[in-house]
Amino acid sequence: MDLSAYIAIIISTVFINNFILSRFLGLCPFIGVSKHTGPAISMGIAVTFVTTMASIITWLLYKFVLLPYNLQYLRTLSFILVIAAFVQFAEIIIQKKSPALYRTLGIYLALITTNCAVFGVAILNTDMFFINNKAVAGSFFMSVLQGFGAGAGFTLAMFLMSGIRERLEFSDVPKCFKDAPVTFIIASLMSLAFLGFSGFKI
Amino acid sequence: MEKTGLFGEFVKGLWKENPTFRIVLGLCPTLAVSTSVNNGIGMGVAATFVLVGANIFISLVRNVIPEKVRIPCFVVVIATFVTIVELAMKAYAPLLSRSLGIYVPLIVVNCIVLGRAEAFSSKHPPIRSILDSLGMGLGFTWALVVISFIRESLGNGTVLGFYINRSFEPALFMILAPGALLTIGILIGAINYFMSKRR
Repeated sequence: MDLSAYIAIIISTVFINNFILSRFLGLCPFIGVSKHTGPAISMGIAVTFVTTMASIITWLLYKFVLLPYNLQYLRTLSFILVIAAFVQFAEIIIQKKSPALYRTLGIYLALITTNCAVFGVAILNTDMFFINNKAVAGSFFMSVLQGFGAGAGFTLAMFLMSGIRERLEFSDVPKCFKDAPVTFIIASLMSLAFLGFSGFKI
Repeated sequence: MEKTGLFGEFVKGLWKENPTFRIVLGLCPTLAVSTSVNNGIGMGVAATFVLVGANIFISLVRNVIPEKVRIPCFVVVIATFVTIVELAMKAYAPLLSRSLGIYVPLIVVNCIVLGRAEAFSSKHPPIRSILDSLGMGLGFTWALVVISFIRESLGNGTVLGFYINRSFEPALFMILAPGALLTIGILIGAINYFMSKRR
């Protein structure tokens, strides 16, 4: 597998199939935490960390536990448990080792367990990189890159949205459209802009 | 704690506490699969099954589950029901299963299911939990049907696969990602407007 395929995965997950704006994964934090740039970026970093690690863990789990024993039907159950356990574990480690980092990321880590983006990337990895129950060549690195790209795309969308919403606070939005509705409409326009990337052939 | 009647428990999910329009929960599947009414109904039924099944079970064992590990327990129960739906759909409705794709396993992280388990079923007896989750599930389903009806008819010119009017030029935009976000934004805004008028 050559380098261009890896680059293609990154570009495709960050821009073309952006997790929020085209796959609709991780919308809850996108609407809930995007009011200010600071927390939005912290959330993005926390998600990127977890999606990358979750990709690694679930790939190993799928390849070395579920496939050899023909347990593919346990995919949903085992993935969600492993991800939840990992997030708890990461939270404890960060709290112990770096209280400063914990103060910025702590509450977001707890929220991430039920973030669709994390679970979605794990499921997508096994759907895309295991064909007929066989790992395709280089699938480990592709999974990791897709995990990282998903997080990066999430961070990008969060950052852009929080910048817009900070400005939006000074503008005169109709009362019934305050908060969630207007955010959806802005997201729709952003998604329209990102749709421009879908013409890319890589 | 105020007591609501059994019927009230059921109806509140349909409108007053509608998970999609009022509480704005569980949006990922709502927006992603609402490209056609077929998909919308399929997703709604699947999610309702998981909701009802998981909530009956959780409500039955609510006194056995230790307080500290309740969330992992809920997740295991929900994941079990999602797996049932996933396998059943693959066997009996392979087309639907293919068009819903990864969003079927994603029901497991749907905030509505875990939210009801945590907020309601873990504190109430089974009968109430059934009514509550059934109401929520149907509320979710009708919201999905409304959104997918708007998107399918404007974006593809069809309803349930039948053409409405051949001379109508569909706007592809509505079926793609931006159309979903626009539809839900305007719908929630409109509902907010009517609710504020009524008060």
